[in-house]
Amino acid sequence: MYPEINRPDPDSLLASLINDEEKSRRGKLKIFFGMCAGVGKTYTMLQAAHAEKLKGNDIVIGYVETHNRKETADLVEGFEHIQRKSSEYKSITVHEMDLDSIIARKPGIILVDELAHTNAPGSRHIKRYQDVLEILENGINVYTTLNVQHLESRSETVAQITGVIVRETLPDEIFENADEVELVDLTPEELLQRLSEGKVYTAERSREAIENFFRKGNITALREMALRIVADRVDKQLHDYMQHNRIRGPWKSGMHLLVAIDYNQHSSRLLRWAKNFSYSLGAHIQALYIETAHNLTARERVQLDRNIKLAKQLGIDVRIKTNNDVVKAIIDFAQKENITHIIVGKPRYSNLYSLLKLGNFVNRLLRYSGNIDVYILGSDIQSKDKMRGKVSLPPFTSGFKQYISVFLFVTLTSVGFYLVKDFIGYQIVSFGLLFLVSILAIFYGTGPILLAALLSAVIWDYFFIPPQFTLHIGRPEDLLMLMMFFIIAILNGILTSRLRRQEIKTRIREERTNALYQLTKDLSTISGYDEVTRIAETYIKKYFQLDCVILIKNEDNQLEIQSHAGSDTLLTENEMSVAGWVFKHSVKAGRNTDTLPSGTFTFYPLQGNSGNMGVIAVQQPSVFTHGEELFWDTFLSQITGKYEREFLRDTARRAYLISESEKLYKTLFNSISHELRIPVATIMGATDTLLAQDYKEDIRKKLYNEINTASIRLNRLIENLLNMSRLETGRITPHPDWCDVHDLANSVTESLANELNPFKMSVIIPANMPLVQIDFGLMEQVLHNLILNATQHSQPGSQIRVKFFYDNGYLNIQVMDRGTGFVVSELPAVFNKFYRGKDAKAGGTGLGLSIVKGFVKAHKGTVVAENRKNGGALFTIKIPVNISDPDSIKKTDE
Amino acid sequence: MTLSGPILIIDDEVQIRRLLEITLSANGYKISEASTAKEGINLAASIDPVLIILDLGLPDIDGLEVIKKLREWYQKPILILSVRSSEDDIIKALDNGANDYLTKPFRTGELLARIRVAIRLGQEIADKPCLTFGNIVIDLASHVVRKNDEIVKLTSTEYSLLALLSKNEGRVLTHQYILKEVWGMGYIDQTQYLRVFIAQLRKKIEDDPSKPRLLNTESGIGYRFGS
Repeated sequence: MYPEINRPDPDSLLASLINDEEKSRRGKLKIFFGMCAGVGKTYTMLQAAHAEKLKGNDIVIGYVETHNRKETADLVEGFEHIQRKSSEYKSITVHEMDLDSIIARKPGIILVDELAHTNAPGSRHIKRYQDVLEILENGINVYTTLNVQHLESRSETVAQITGVIVRETLPDEIFENADEVELVDLTPEELLQRLSEGKVYTAERSREAIENFFRKGNITALREMALRIVADRVDKQLHDYMQHNRIRGPWKSGMHLLVAIDYNQHSSRLLRWAKNFSYSLGAHIQALYIETAHNLTARERVQLDRNIKLAKQLGIDVRIKTNNDVVKAIIDFAQKENITHIIVGKPRYSNLYSLLKLGNFVNRLLRYSGNIDVYILGSDIQSKDKMRGKVSLPPFTSGFKQYISVFLFVTLTSVGFYLVKDFIGYQIVSFGLLFLVSILAIFYGTGPILLAALLSAVIWDYFFIPPQFTLHIGRPEDLLMLMMFFIIAILNGILTSRLRRQEIKTRIREERTNALYQLTKDLSTISGYDEVTRIAETYIKKYFQLDCVILIKNEDNQLEIQSHAGSDTLLTENEMSVAGWVFKHSVKAGRNTDTLPSGTFTFYPLQGNSGNMGVIAVQQPSVFTHGEELFWDTFLSQITGKYEREFLRDTARRAYLISESEKLYKTLFNSISHELRIPVATIMGATDTLLAQDYKEDIRKKLYNEINTASIRLNRLIENLLNMSRLETGRITPHPDWCDVHDLANSVTESLANELNPFKMSVIIPANMPLVQIDFGLMEQVLHNLILNATQHSQPGSQIRVKFFYDNGYLNIQVMDRGTGFVVSELPAVFNKFYRGKDAKAGGTGLGLSIVKGFVKAHKGTVVAENRKNGGALFTIKIPVNISDPDSIKKTDE
Repeated sequence: MTLSGPILIIDDEVQIRRLLEITLSANGYKISEASTAKEGINLAASIDPVLIILDLGLPDIDGLEVIKKLREWYQKPILILSVRSSEDDIIKALDNGANDYLTKPFRTGELLARIRVAIRLGQEIADKPCLTFGNIVIDLASHVVRKNDEIVKLTSTEYSLLALLSKNEGRVLTHQYILKEVWGMGYIDQTQYLRVFIAQLRKKIEDDPSKPRLLNTESGIGYRFGS
């Protein structure tokens, strides 16, 4: 027999599939693509929209610019418009597309003109294409228009052809990922005809335009470009299709391009070229940046960031490796990644040194690249960069102070040597100075070391080499030695400082790894949102010098600010809404980003495995460098992971609590209803009897006693239930106060005076018993329940003893009786809820001992039940307590 | 018993009011009843009761507020009778000016005893030079305490503590109140002082220190002298 396999119900499976599909449903993007303005893109788009409308599609205009062209304006008629949103910017009213209204309206197709448009400052996104992406994400189809010159990878070529620099550009990715591209084409003659007829611009502007931009040559070039792009796209689609149906593996040619970039402006051209190249080859492409010991200047860092950003915009994956040997790093990477083509820029020679070095670079690259093709691109940029062009190896970044202190060191040491030169001889002095320069190289930058080398050489020559006090050198050996001295000093200095920089880089990496390790360690030892927030804030402050605000979702998926005492950074309502947007879209926003860049905070989503956990807002003065960003991302993912675990744990705990309280509820109904009814029945019966007839005094008294007993029992049950529910809901927190255990014993024995009457009760407290810090009320209940338990399980006349003592940090309380004790097999269950011993007298609820356990646990203590040697039960409570020093208190009284 | 006015019961539970009325009338007290705080406060102003029994959980105004309002002009004892049993509630009620409290369910015997003590205290506001409790005599004028006619040696702190408690016989004094009165504001949290000195006093004054008769502990709240 095989167990029946649990097969899913086909209907529910189908339903879940449809559901999945619904979720992943993204709108389709159709681009009407043209070579330049005036070819009729908007017109064609509107015509297409009319055709769709006839098919019954719900079409709405989000933003269409008619440019006062009559045919176009006519076509706009008959469509629903979403009102443009107007906002004030520097006292000018600007109208922009109303993104939120569009999403709220949720039409079938929305028409949005001019995809490459740049939004007015203060809008949510910088660029309109970002708006469009958000619309698509909401499952709305978009029709839009685009000119070839707006494509990021073409903008430069267009600038070269037409001399017009295009500012409004669009990442190629958007174009490539469009679901449909329709080319709107016109022959140059027709376009010029339309222009001169004034169909595009007014007559005057037309003339101007024809003279500047719309020259026939320009138009032809742009047209060719547009046609080629669309042709390439069709080609690629065909290839993709074929490949999809035949071969696994993403690239038809199996070609992998690698473009090596650096911190030069030149790299951007390299990237665009490489992108076009990969596009026409249909090859996979990656970019690589090699981090060397070279210390980037601020300008270089900005350019590097720009290059990396451009690569990302072009859809090129950027990898970063650290290695001082650029060639080796490129080749290693290329071999590991099965690269087929390496693209590098042609080195620019600006001085002898770099000529040697860079020439070497190309030679070595060619030598080691083996079967990998290498493309070397010429540089045609006559950039200002070249003027600056100092490719000195280690840069001079040292402060003025460093030069002064180096100067002082060398001078003072020389004076020292001068005093003893007669004993050691001038040649030894050179070793001493050389030694000094090497030592200084460990602490100072290249500039100061060059100074030290030069200075010590001059000093040695002038003051030490005979003839003294001249720069003249008598013996050729000395001249040789001086030269060697100088070269060794400089080499030494440069090598050491290079090592030092490498070491600093390694140290930064190590520090980061260490920080992550520490973070992980600290996070693993804590629990609770508050603690996680505290750790996160501390670490972010320590390693990023940033103040942050963390917002975490609650059970209702709403963001809540997590803050602990000490953080007083607050968010405005506006900032909260940005946070909400980031949470919803999982994209960073705010300052230094493309979305909602006005404001002081940058918001990062905390993306966990099962969706977003929340948002972190930081006041970031500048953009992260690439290394920092990687570090930051890892940091955030650690923190998010912890929050997520906490969230899941909370959810699990809540579920557990609910199921526990349901269990309690059920048991209440089954067991407690019985316990409630008995005393109520007694009271009702007895009072009925009393009311019905006049009984004799002694009978009345008996009935009164029964009523009394029943009500006491009822009261006890209520107390127990209340305590139990306090324990169940976790609302028991002890408030320890100084307590004299005599008081504790007294109070309990007094309240149980009636029950204890038939027993021999004794309380044992040592004479030197100190005061202890406990919650009097809770411990009173504990002792009350234990003693009551003892009375219920022993014979009248037997002894009950309560013993208190303090031992090594613990308060011990023992309650002993001579009753029946426990059945050994049931010992582990004694403290369970609703457990009742077999011989228990009627009237108990089985809650008393579980309350004892709960309250003792709330004191971080333990309670143990066992059988006594000569019969009876023994409960031992151990609670960690503070004790008073009685002598010090007595001293306060003179 | 020389009573100048009725006892006012402010409680929204009809059954409790009825029980109190029966019990107290049977013991010779005159009774007035109110079921809301507003009604109770108005009634108190017009009849000038000898004692007010007040429930904390009234439908219109919170009991703690009611005590405050009453204490703006009402000098005689207020006894709290409430289901709220947490120490915090009780301490707050006492701090607001209540003289005593009992939690529901309560023993009528206990209630009657508390009422007797409260009314007597209310009438004996005048300072007596000498207080007698069984075999203990406390001479407030000469600061001498005698047990069975023998002088008990007390330190000055012990004496201050005993004097404070005995002058408020039958009334619950909270820890904070006692600490403030005997030791001063700065000692308001030093309950261990209180515990130690009470234990010492018991040894000197009580017949059986393990079963105190005069210096009674009110768990988690404070102390009550006698009764």
